[in-house]
Amino acid sequence: MSDNPNTGLPAGKAGMSLIVKTITRLTIGLILLFGIYIVMHGHLSPGGGFAGGVIIALSFIHIMLAFGKDIAAAKISRGLASNLESIGALMFLVIALLGFLGGSFFLNVLAKGRPFKLFSAGTIPLSNIAIGLKVGVGLFAIFLALVILEGAKRK
Amino acid sequence: MNIIPLFVIIPLFSAFFISLTGRLFKKGFIDAISGVSCFLLLALSFYGLNALNHSANQAMVYKVGGWMPPFGICMVLDGLAGFMLITVNLVAFFVCIFSINYMEKYTDKPKFYTLFLLMVTGMNGLIISGDLFNLYVFLEVASIASYALVAFGTEAEELEASFKYAIMGSVASGFIFIGIAFLYGFTSTLNMADMSRILGASPSSWLVPFVSVLFLMGFGLKAALVPFHAWLPDAHPSAPASISAMLSGVLIKALGVYAMVRIFFNIIGISAGYLSALMFLGALSMIVAVILALSQWDLKRLLAYHSISQVGYVFLGIGLGTPLGILGGLFHLFNHSVFKSLLFLNSGAIDYSTGTRDLREMSGLKEKMPVTAGTSLIASMSIAGIPPFNGFFSKLIIIFACIQKGFYGYALAAALGSILTLASFMKVQKYAFLDELKEKYRNIKEVPPAMKFSMVCLAAICVLGGILLLPSFKFFLSGAAGVLLEGKEYAGIVLGAAAKP
Amino acid sequence: MSLYLLCLTLFCVGLYGVLRKRNIVKIIIGIGIMEYSMNLFFVLLGYRYHGRTPIDAQNQNILNMVDPLPQALVMTSIVIGLAATALLISIAIRIYEKYGTFDITKIKRLKG
Repeated sequence: MSDNPNTGLPAGKAGMSLIVKTITRLTIGLILLFGIYIVMHGHLSPGGGFAGGVIIALSFIHIMLAFGKDIAAAKISRGLASNLESIGALMFLVIALLGFLGGSFFLNVLAKGRPFKLFSAGTIPLSNIAIGLKVGVGLFAIFLALVILEGAKRK
Repeated sequence: MNIIPLFVIIPLFSAFFISLTGRLFKKGFIDAISGVSCFLLLALSFYGLNALNHSANQAMVYKVGGWMPPFGICMVLDGLAGFMLITVNLVAFFVCIFSINYMEKYTDKPKFYTLFLLMVTGMNGLIISGDLFNLYVFLEVASIASYALVAFGTEAEELEASFKYAIMGSVASGFIFIGIAFLYGFTSTLNMADMSRILGASPSSWLVPFVSVLFLMGFGLKAALVPFHAWLPDAHPSAPASISAMLSGVLIKALGVYAMVRIFFNIIGISAGYLSALMFLGALSMIVAVILALSQWDLKRLLAYHSISQVGYVFLGIGLGTPLGILGGLFHLFNHSVFKSLLFLNSGAIDYSTGTRDLREMSGLKEKMPVTAGTSLIASMSIAGIPPFNGFFSKLIIIFACIQKGFYGYALAAALGSILTLASFMKVQKYAFLDELKEKYRNIKEVPPAMKFSMVCLAAICVLGGILLLPSFKFFLSGAAGVLLEGKEYAGIVLGAAAKP
Repeated sequence: MSLYLLCLTLFCVGLYGVLRKRNIVKIIIGIGIMEYSMNLFFVLLGYRYHGRTPIDAQNQNILNMVDPLPQALVMTSIVIGLAATALLISIAIRIYEKYGTFDITKIKRLKG
């Protein structure tokens, strides 16, 4: 996340102090990656779509807290967030509808693979990705909407 | 292909599709999508009831993901579910048509349709769910969408009403959740049929009364029975008129009445004490709410109080526990959803043309708005129980059922409530439609054709509602009443239907 | 048993917050406490003495597992709680915008 124009300068008006910004820049990628890991391994280990999605959302919220809402909103705007959220929901529904290929709603039609491997369990990882997208973007959109509401009130 | 999951798939898909593409297309396109999906739902619910009527089983069971019922989630379409689906989707369709013009005065129509269709998803899902936790999830989907819809105008009063409603609704959901947790802890299953079987096989003396009280509080709050009614007169009038029609017409019945009677009659099993509590609360709501309604001057607030009162009739009928009483209660549920949504749509039409909801402000609107005045007259006579209209038959059946079982006091209360309702609606007719037309309303026009269409169709159903009692249409009501009368045999029927391929 | 009673106490704390507090934000926190106590209660229902987590892993025998179903259900309930809380908070912000106060005794334009 080094495309912040304020990099290296003293803490600007938006956001927190230089220390916070530097630490955020170092950790934010790891947090996002961890969230993606949790989503991808949802069918093997604890976690899954919701938990991973929350971690993904937290990484963006972290940017917002450290650098201010304008920079965070530049990464994902509200319109994009709400579109991605709808896409996540539609993806989940389409995965559920895929079951009709085998004759039943929500039927797991893909090959199950071997247990404890990343590419296994049929449609479950795909559903996890859809939920992760929906929750990650949705939670960020909620936070952004609340911040914008609060900002509009101050003016 | 089995049609049962389509009741959830169609509205859910349209909701998110509209939210995704609503800004890209012209307004007519999203109107068309939501109208078509509501129409499809209505057609499917008629088709579903027809298929159920012609099949050998008493219930159609859909196994989600191919899992067998005690382990997987199942969807059940039986007589009561089919009846409720038709009620919900009928009102939803006409409200959707009405909204095409009515919602023009609000900004952001795509968001409105998204929330509206999510609410329909929640109600349809709740009705066809055969799994207790799934029922809770759909209940929350419908509730949260309705909290947002009440606040849709984002004016001060609407936000206040929505906040009250959301707090009350959250507390109610909390009680329902604890009730489900206790039932799960005792039976180790969430499938409604299996739960009913286990509760029948190993009865518990402390569990049933305890859980009954929790559910009575939770669903009583959702259905706005009298001690729990305080949120409704604020929340329902504050929403846009088309949503008020949905909330008063079907939401309190799907979330409150349907879920409550399904759980009590088919899962927990009904007891005489519980039935008398239901009857008492019903009669109390009937009388108290109608007295409160008499002194209202805000048209929508008056209608909201009448919703509480009419739900009281439904509970009184169902609480009698006799075949005739249950039939009357369910018939009144259907009738009320038709005429109350019609009345709310009338109030929306008046609001659309004149911009006021206060009865003292309006006068002589009959001259300028003949369709609204005519349909409103039909709905008013229907709700007051004037003979040729549908409300008369259902109230008559409820009063007969009370007398048949020897509850003369309740029969008298029902008749008294009906008279007070008539008085209250005579006030509405006099102040709103009769008298001289006020000078400032010289230039108002009748509402656009789409709004007229929904009002006229609903009025036609009000007039023709009585034919549902004729033998050839009787299966619509008697099938639904039969599900409640079969009680705990529900378990055997559903599990038996699920066992067949 | 005492654990369940503690859940009940927590529920009552939340209910007290909802019924007794005058500040809107405190009411929302009360709703949150109620939801957490419910979730805690439901998860505890699935617990068994010295049970292990219900996670299947390679080369392990699964013995004495706690009930996984309440955990999945509570997850769903948490998501629902999140949605309800987000909605309540956004309504509360808008109410503050319109009325200029969080005190519910001063927010009373609806009457009758």
